[in-house]
Amino acid sequence: MAMENATSNELAVQLVDVNKWYGEFHVLKNINLNVSPGERIVICGPSGSGKSTMIRCINRLEEHQAGQIIVNGIELTEDVKRIDEVRREVGMCFQHFNLFPHLTVLDNCTLALIWVRKMPKAEAEKIAMHYLERVKIPEQADKFPGQLSGGQQQRVAIARSLCMNPKIMLFDEPTSALDPEMIKEVLDVMVELAEEGMTMLCVTHEMGFAKLVANRVIFMDAGQIVEENNPHEFFDNPQNDRTKMFLSQILNH
Amino acid sequence: MNEFKPLPDLPPPAAMTGVVGWLRTNLFSTPLYTVLTLVVAYVLYITLVPVLDWAIFSANFVGDDKSACVSGGACWAFIGHRLDIFKYGSYPSSQYWRLDLSFLLLVLSFGPQFFEKFPYKMPLGIFSLTGLPVVCFVLIAGSDTFGLEHVETEKWGGMALTLMLAYVGIVAALPFGIVLALGRRSEMPVIRTFCIAFIELWRGVPLISVLFMSSVMLPLFLPDGMNFDKLLRALIGITMFQSAYMAEVIRGGLQAIPRGQYEAAKALGLSYWKSMGLIILPQALKLVIPGIVNTFIALFKDTTLVLIIGLLDILATVQAAITDPSWGNVAIEGYVFAAGCFWVFCFGMSRYSQKLERKLHTGHKR
Repeated sequence: MAMENATSNELAVQLVDVNKWYGEFHVLKNINLNVSPGERIVICGPSGSGKSTMIRCINRLEEHQAGQIIVNGIELTEDVKRIDEVRREVGMCFQHFNLFPHLTVLDNCTLALIWVRKMPKAEAEKIAMHYLERVKIPEQADKFPGQLSGGQQQRVAIARSLCMNPKIMLFDEPTSALDPEMIKEVLDVMVELAEEGMTMLCVTHEMGFAKLVANRVIFMDAGQIVEENNPHEFFDNPQNDRTKMFLSQILNH
Repeated sequence: MNEFKPLPDLPPPAAMTGVVGWLRTNLFSTPLYTVLTLVVAYVLYITLVPVLDWAIFSANFVGDDKSACVSGGACWAFIGHRLDIFKYGSYPSSQYWRLDLSFLLLVLSFGPQFFEKFPYKMPLGIFSLTGLPVVCFVLIAGSDTFGLEHVETEKWGGMALTLMLAYVGIVAALPFGIVLALGRRSEMPVIRTFCIAFIELWRGVPLISVLFMSSVMLPLFLPDGMNFDKLLRALIGITMFQSAYMAEVIRGGLQAIPRGQYEAAKALGLSYWKSMGLIILPQALKLVIPGIVNTFIALFKDTTLVLIIGLLDILATVQAAITDPSWGNVAIEGYVFAAGCFWVFCFGMSRYSQKLERKLHTGHKR
């Protein structure tokens, strides 16, 4: 027991034999994954392979039915208190940004600081402006999300998560809904974040990004982890036939 | 080298602008439209002229009985003569100022919401929804502490009663409706089932039967000697009935909010109530403002049904007054006046909702 605690304390995220069903449909099958602090993991795979579901289990947007998920030493269970604790450690960015359209950019960022962290408004705004500067859009602070481009919105979403000072960041296809010319501005921010040592789990098909920042690339299909390797080996020397087929389809354009 | 020189802007041809242009494009653009325009103009002429003549030009505005109304036009003198009854019902005339003061408070606390920039709009708005009904109740019902003579609710009536019923109904039905709508979408089966049953029950019965039940049947089930106020029972009936409708309107709004909004709120660590109060409801309520105001307007007009249980609202006082033989046949004047009163308030609500929609518009979704 003591041994187990020690290992889980060292890991940022630990998934042990995780299984999940949507009704009759078995979406996640025996997922095992260990992520060390500071590690950057890129998850790819065809649509419906369960990659989004897996990272959404990590902050309990989805429930798993069997196995263990341990985030920074806290095991996720039904317990609402634990779920809150985990969500405090984990930030998340979504494919469709999910900014709050009725609030300004600044209010989007300060909302959780004020209402979850109980921080005074002035202090929260200082922190929010700091992160908006880091994603290079402090000048948009007073605008509403609907007035920004997709790339700008996604950068606001990243700043909004960073305000809560998370130890782990989850990205669920952050660039899939963006116009091609806006992808770079978002990836640049993510690369910077990676360089600063943030623990990141990123579902994406941006293979350039994966080669540049990932410590490990995970390929999933049909609810399973098919292959797991460092980016160099993963792209140049894939082991599994399914991986080879997938790579040939997304790389050979 | 050829330099590009834009041509100068010329004024459009005269037939396109001004009164003539407007008439041409809107009323006489094709032979068919010309015929239609002329027909409509004729119909307006033969209807509007007599109506205006009746209502204004040959109307009688002053007088104390039917001898003042001999010109054949509308007998507005009747309305003027009975205005106090229409406004205050059978409230004691020495105490009218209490109703006037209540109305003034209502206007003062709610009026600023119509203006763009006004200090203390937020606290005033909250006061008008919470403190105001209490203050007005004490003012109207009377209280020994403040040395205000008690006035029985049987004596409340007229426009004052109509406004009271509508205001309390609106102020209470909205929060109840929100709670019911959230409950109906709850993941907890007991709460969900209760809310569905409550909504379907109240939505499935006519308001008249609710009012009858509250005034005739409820006392039968209560122990002897225990009796609570008829007006209060009617108010509870109206509130329950309208909150069921309100719940369904709001549920429509809740369902229109993308799932990503719930997820983003959760991912930031907001609790259920905080994510509802700060993220979901502000957006959902904004979406269904037209539906909410529609329900408010329906509620306002439905208050007239209380006359069947013996509460004398404005319509009931008008109906009683037009049977007075000293004024002859003044039914049309009475009903036109009552309709006008309702129209003014309902139109006011409608305009306010449009203003609110424009103000809360923050660019496209997402």
